[in-house]
Amino acid sequence: MKLPPLASLPNPVKSAFAPSAEGGPVIVNIGPSHPATHGTVQIIAELDGERVLRTDVHCGYLHRGFEKECEAHTWHNLIPYVDRLNYVSALINDFAYCDGVERLLGIEITPRCRYLRTLLSEYSRIVDHLTCIAAGLMELGAMTAFLYLVMIRDYMYEHLADLTGARVTYTYGRIGGLARDLPDGWLARLAEILDQYEVFVGRVHGLVDRNRIFIDRMRNVGVLSTADAIHYAYTGPILRSTGAPRDLRRDTPYLAYAELDFDVPVGIKGDNYDRYYVRMREMDESVHMIRQLMDMLPAGPINVADHRCTFPDKALVYTEIESLINHFKLVMDGPAVPAGDVYVAHESPNGELGFYLVSAGGGVPWKVHCRAPSFVHMGGVHRMLDGYQLADVVPTFGSVNMIGGECDR
Amino acid sequence: MIQDLVVHLVYIGYALTVLLLFGTVLTWVERKQAAVMSDRIGANRAYIRIPFTRVKLIWWGLFHGMADGLKMIVKEDWKPAVYDKFAYALAPWIVFTPILLVFAVIPFGGALEPAKLFAGIPAVAQWFGEKTYQMQIAQLDGGLLIVFAFGGISVIGAMLAGWSSSNKYSMLGALRAGGQMISYELVMGLTVLGLILIYGTFDLTAIVQHQSGILLGFLPAWGVFYQPFAATLFMAAAIAENKRIPFDLPEAESELIAGFYTEYSAMKMGLFMFAEFIEIAIIGALFTTLFLGGYNLPYMSDAGFLLPGGHEIPLPHGVVVVIQLVTFLVKVLVMSSFQILIRWSLPRFRYDQVLMFAWKFMLPLALANLTVTVVAVWLLQ
Repeated sequence: MKLPPLASLPNPVKSAFAPSAEGGPVIVNIGPSHPATHGTVQIIAELDGERVLRTDVHCGYLHRGFEKECEAHTWHNLIPYVDRLNYVSALINDFAYCDGVERLLGIEITPRCRYLRTLLSEYSRIVDHLTCIAAGLMELGAMTAFLYLVMIRDYMYEHLADLTGARVTYTYGRIGGLARDLPDGWLARLAEILDQYEVFVGRVHGLVDRNRIFIDRMRNVGVLSTADAIHYAYTGPILRSTGAPRDLRRDTPYLAYAELDFDVPVGIKGDNYDRYYVRMREMDESVHMIRQLMDMLPAGPINVADHRCTFPDKALVYTEIESLINHFKLVMDGPAVPAGDVYVAHESPNGELGFYLVSAGGGVPWKVHCRAPSFVHMGGVHRMLDGYQLADVVPTFGSVNMIGGECDR
Repeated sequence: MIQDLVVHLVYIGYALTVLLLFGTVLTWVERKQAAVMSDRIGANRAYIRIPFTRVKLIWWGLFHGMADGLKMIVKEDWKPAVYDKFAYALAPWIVFTPILLVFAVIPFGGALEPAKLFAGIPAVAQWFGEKTYQMQIAQLDGGLLIVFAFGGISVIGAMLAGWSSSNKYSMLGALRAGGQMISYELVMGLTVLGLILIYGTFDLTAIVQHQSGILLGFLPAWGVFYQPFAATLFMAAAIAENKRIPFDLPEAESELIAGFYTEYSAMKMGLFMFAEFIEIAIIGALFTTLFLGGYNLPYMSDAGFLLPGGHEIPLPHGVVVVIQLVTFLVKVLVMSSFQILIRWSLPRFRYDQVLMFAWKFMLPLALANLTVTVVAVWLLQ
């Protein structure tokens, strides 16, 4: 295919609207170097005084060629990469991706692994929602509420570091299992943190929920109708905040969700306040689920005994030739995934996180596509920004919870 | 004549020291208080090492203000590519200077009689003679008017800064600053009118002296008991005047980067920040003077205490002066701390909401308060 000469293509950034020479609306560039746009998104806004007439939202400043890069690595080597998609809840990415590869391999994970992955997914969801709400509050100037939430999030990060060795990008999932089992006393500390969570989040509820300034800033701002949300393929808390109770954990149960008791909170009008509150409620539901899972967690191995994907015990690698060769082949060639394709979707904190994996056989994927909720959400953000005030751009954009890593890939 | 000069030079030195000290200490108070409010330790890293020893003075991070100042001074003074040189350089000073000047009319102590103070040293006592001096740099009949006159100037600085930076964010910040500060100036003026009706004077010293009496037989006759409504409105309007959360829209850092001083760096930016912190102290001082009995403790006047029930406790002049100076500083510090408490508890308004709040909520309330006061004063006469 022959591309047209570069000069004839529209400038991708400044095409939408040009400032006029004789007055008229002011064009303001919000981002990518702006404190509220994470350095990765550009919002070109046409302003009439403080009112936003229309906006043009550009993403892609953090594009790193994730999907193409995946085709040059073994299935195992991709786990650190998927960590860096949604780096705020990396575990859910890990598990969704591993789930996809396991389906291609036709593996059933062990019960302990299944419950543990569910527990850690919910734990990650709390971390992600805490981050989103905290950042949103900070952007509104409520620093103390922000610090309360970030403090409890930090307890969780430290706690996850005890388990996985890293605070943010864990690389903890493995095809057919997990990197390691829980250390001693991990669950006891988890129970402690969940109690502290209730104290800290309770303070935030007290500080902002019925605060007149907060309500004025959030209510009826950035309203999205259910029809619009579905039209723009919104999923997750944003769709639920408009009143549509769509949740993959309930609608297409995976992992251990079918056995858990939980509610799917929905909003009433899809504005910023609803998005805030749906996230707050979802965290409470996650805590409820984690407490159930702590009781349900069975003993047993965390990795399936399948030589195609599970690494042999290190002691055996050093002492017997079969294990050594198995280890060598898994590292050098990757797990032998049979040819085929699969689409796996998990409910990530932002919405439907899908992996479409195509294998042509062998240790390297033929194609990996990630259906990242943030990217899909960016398509409809202008619907929530147009017609409101300049100051509303910030909380509305914050409540969409755009994560550059997964949006731009 | 020369005695007057000496006394006033001492006053000016005292006032400048107090203000600049408040400016630095309040940065520390703000950090520490915010840390306590959010269960943290707070700034505790800056220290001074005693030369040639290993002794580090940390003092709960009290030196962070100094470290900040030093950093601001030695930083590169970066300027935008296109800007209005004159207005750009002038703006921080127009914000900073009037705030210092406001303090000239605020009484920070009662009448000072140098002769009594130096009774032990006859030569000095004789030199001063019988003269008494109010502890106030300029005792003006229209003191309160001066406060508003100078207070109103700083809006020009904010607007100049925003306009001269040739940056759209700065411009938006300047527009917000203009609209907001002028609106709240009005509210602030109206809230104080009630007090003026009651006290019958603009002279701040006279206002303070009025408050050393007794109200209803047991309350100290503080302005806050005469005009509780006005006190609340005044505080809110004053915080809005100072552009701090929840009214910090002109510099809302998540929306406008830093608003009207986005394009300022190093000490020029430091001046804006410093002015903000000094204004916290000024607002505290004004509130203390107008509503909290000024430099006096409850039931206290220059002569000593007059407790409810008619008990009199006369005090020597030196003790009175010290008590008054310390009381004033403590009251200002408490009010400053209260402002910091508000700043760390609330989220930020939106521009239209802030103006709506001023014109549709605070202005009618201030007018209602004034009407009630007028009727009450008229009935009591």
